[in-house]
Amino acid sequence: MKSHIVRLAASKLLPFTLLLSVIVFYRGHNEPGGGFIGGLMAAAGFVFYALAFDTQEAEKKLRVSPLTLIIAGLSTAFISTLPALFSGNPFFTGEWISVTLPFIGKIKAGTPLLFDLGVYLTVWGVMLTIIFNLMEE
Amino acid sequence: MIVLAMPVLLPLMTIIFLLLNFRQRAWQPWIGLTGALLQLALSVLLAVHVNRNGIMVLHTGGWEAPVGITLVIDGFSSVMLVLTSIIAVSISIYSIDAVDRQRQSFFYFPMVHGLLMGVNGAFITGDIFNLYVWFEVMLMSSFVLITLGGEKKQLTGAVKYVTLNLVSSMFFLAGIGLLYGKTGTLNMADLALRFSGSESNILINTSAVLFFVAFSIKAAVFPFFFWLPASYHTPPIAVTALFAGLLTKVGIYSMIRFYTLFFVQNQLFWHPLFLWIGGFTMVIGVLTAASQYDIRKILSFHIISQIGYMIMGLGIYTVAGIAGAIFYMAHNIIAKTNTFLVAGLINRATGSYDLKSIGGLYKMRPWLAILFIIPAFGLAGIPPLSGFFGKLILISAGFSAGEYVISFIALAVGLFTLFSMVKIWNEAFWKPAPGERNKTDRLPVSMIIPVVMLGLLTLLMGLAVKPMLEIAENAAASLLDPASYIRAVLGTAHINP
Repeated sequence: MKSHIVRLAASKLLPFTLLLSVIVFYRGHNEPGGGFIGGLMAAAGFVFYALAFDTQEAEKKLRVSPLTLIIAGLSTAFISTLPALFSGNPFFTGEWISVTLPFIGKIKAGTPLLFDLGVYLTVWGVMLTIIFNLMEE
Repeated sequence: MIVLAMPVLLPLMTIIFLLLNFRQRAWQPWIGLTGALLQLALSVLLAVHVNRNGIMVLHTGGWEAPVGITLVIDGFSSVMLVLTSIIAVSISIYSIDAVDRQRQSFFYFPMVHGLLMGVNGAFITGDIFNLYVWFEVMLMSSFVLITLGGEKKQLTGAVKYVTLNLVSSMFFLAGIGLLYGKTGTLNMADLALRFSGSESNILINTSAVLFFVAFSIKAAVFPFFFWLPASYHTPPIAVTALFAGLLTKVGIYSMIRFYTLFFVQNQLFWHPLFLWIGGFTMVIGVLTAASQYDIRKILSFHIISQIGYMIMGLGIYTVAGIAGAIFYMAHNIIAKTNTFLVAGLINRATGSYDLKSIGGLYKMRPWLAILFIIPAFGLAGIPPLSGFFGKLILISAGFSAGEYVISFIALAVGLFTLFSMVKIWNEAFWKPAPGERNKTDRLPVSMIIPVVMLGLLTLLMGLAVKPMLEIAENAAASLLDPASYIRAVLGTAHINP
């Protein structure tokens, strides 16, 4: 699509889509949202970008390959299961810590969030792999 | 008790390592093989532990049984885990040379381990929705494996495979939904506990039938088997062998688990139904196989026929019957995969799977003939190979339970199986080669090792039948005593790590 308007929109919208996907991802622990939906939204931003330009441009914008996202996602999800082992709880038990950050306030961080981050990255990577491959054909 | 989750985590770790070394194509088979070998060691350890100390239970996330997802390994699961890992090792070795570079560098090995993760997960879970999830993991990987390479023939097979498996998943999910709506629980042991006191009612029957249809499609049972012979001959032979060994058996495993643990009401309806369906499955599979001339198609139809024996064991529903089904399943997983692997070797040696255009292999490669005879005659049930004892146990269980018709059918089907195997033997090995042979290159060692390995196992299962049967009988006895399973999962004996 060689429309100037679409291209401009795609490149301006991309950061907001990503920001929104992170917000949806983070609120997912207690409210609608989560890693899966967040990952889909993040992928949607790049798919729109690839529609406006092409897949090479989108991959350049992404900086890493979708495969790297998948690997990072799977590894993160796997690593999130480990803290429970060291604290002597059954496998997969959620371990939580509270972090107080300036400006934002108290954040509850824990292994379920880490696991969800893994889902987020994996979904993001898988969606981009599938859609980019289909667009190139 | 992290070790209980390892059958699932180990393939996941293997996938991560495979993807990390995505660019080093030469390393891929070796990483895959290492993962499979570790899995074999793990599953043997687990089986020994279960055999000594009884059922192992892990409440994931520290959520007690009816709430969280429970992982359970009992005798039956541990046997299935060992068999899965044996197949995993064989396929990993076989794939080094049998699967082309192109496929290997396009996620072949990660997908094989994805499939193994799903299969292992289905065997160890104690939660019906979690079982559905593992089915999906397994199916997603198998969808990729069956289409990988994108040949036209493959895609036509894959369309049928994917469609029917999705239909089956829908039935499965509908069954789960009804059951959850009725009972408010998804935990298998909890379901068993709730059903044990109550008379059966309409909603339970509805979901029992839905599950029956879902698992029948997965297991390729009559009359739901059409997808199997339409798709199994299309992917590379290593993939077919993997599917033939494991996928249908997961359906049978789930069926045996469900209908011994909690769908135990209305036995007067279910058991004759299993026997009838088992009989039809055996006969239809073996008759349609007789008319085929493609080795892979003959073997695919025989998968269906042999699934019938396992259903028959479930229908007899005595310790001997279920033990027979488990023993037969073990024999079948090993021998069936092996016949497909030998078919791959035949294809390498002659360049074709079509019995009409090949021949004279006995003269060219007498060793290949021996490698074929062991699994093929094992499947046909010639003593002293494993298939003979599998059928013997099932048929004698049938006679002692008074099920004469099905036992005679099973005997007759054995003869027809022998007919098909002798047909492959006559056409591929005995008759002189038609035309000139154009392929005479050496067969790669990596394709022969797994065939020898599985052949030895078939022999061993026949020669050391007593200890093997004991394992199967222990597993069957604990299946027919759901109380021990319920106690292990819901009892106060919560095992901490």
